[in-house]
Amino acid sequence: MTSDASRFKHDLLSLLPNLRAFAISLIGRTDRADDLVQDTVMKAWAHQQHFAPGTNMKAWLFTILRNEFYSQMRKRGREIQDRDGYFAANLATHPEQYGKLDMRDFRVALDKLPSDQREAVILVGASGFSYEETAEICGCAVGTVKSRVSRGRNRLAELLGVEHEGDYGPDARTAAVTKRAFAG
Amino acid sequence: MSAKSKDGNKMPDLQTKNVRNAGVDSAISSKLRSFYNGIAEESIPERFIELLEKLDAAERAAQATDGRKSDDK
Repeated sequence: MTSDASRFKHDLLSLLPNLRAFAISLIGRTDRADDLVQDTVMKAWAHQQHFAPGTNMKAWLFTILRNEFYSQMRKRGREIQDRDGYFAANLATHPEQYGKLDMRDFRVALDKLPSDQREAVILVGASGFSYEETAEICGCAVGTVKSRVSRGRNRLAELLGVEHEGDYGPDARTAAVTKRAFAG
Repeated sequence: MSAKSKDGNKMPDLQTKNVRNAGVDSAISSKLRSFYNGIAEESIPERFIELLEKLDAAERAAQATDGRKSDDK
């Protein structure tokens, strides 16, 4: 009797880390991103009868989160994103880790993208969705997704100086840190 | 489009460009994935476990009430 419900809960739980990663990628601050995830979980729970078991629950949840994100942004009449909070917190915890510094650079670059490019780059490049699934989640054409991903990636490469430095391996990390050290 | 290599042949330039773009793409992709996976690997905050338990409990309570109602009939 409750097996569908407990299955739903189990699947929801297993997708939460991914959902959080998407939310935090969209919004700089972890606390606000978690609020968004919480709203998404409550919406999903309330509408679970609309979810067809066996279909793509991940895409369904991401769609709810994305819609919630934009509707909250509209309601507030301003950008929810707080760019620096999340990374300031991370830096405070791990100032000595080069990896974190590298990720901080990446975050800063990611935040400079227009939100439509940012979400497309994340959904296709990190969340593991196809162009078609991403088009459904974002409510746009597949061609639009492809062009957003392509422009977003190019912009990231530009911002991170990947094209000019020409080193893509662990050296890129060292280069970024070195550059910062000299700039500071 | 109009870029030509010294010998006037467009192909080598195009190939070099494609190779370079592939390198840039994979560099960006791997940075993107490590950024994202770094977050996804964090443990789920306790608030979500609690939230799901509350939602679950509320649903079970509602079902139990419904069950009693139909038994009464």
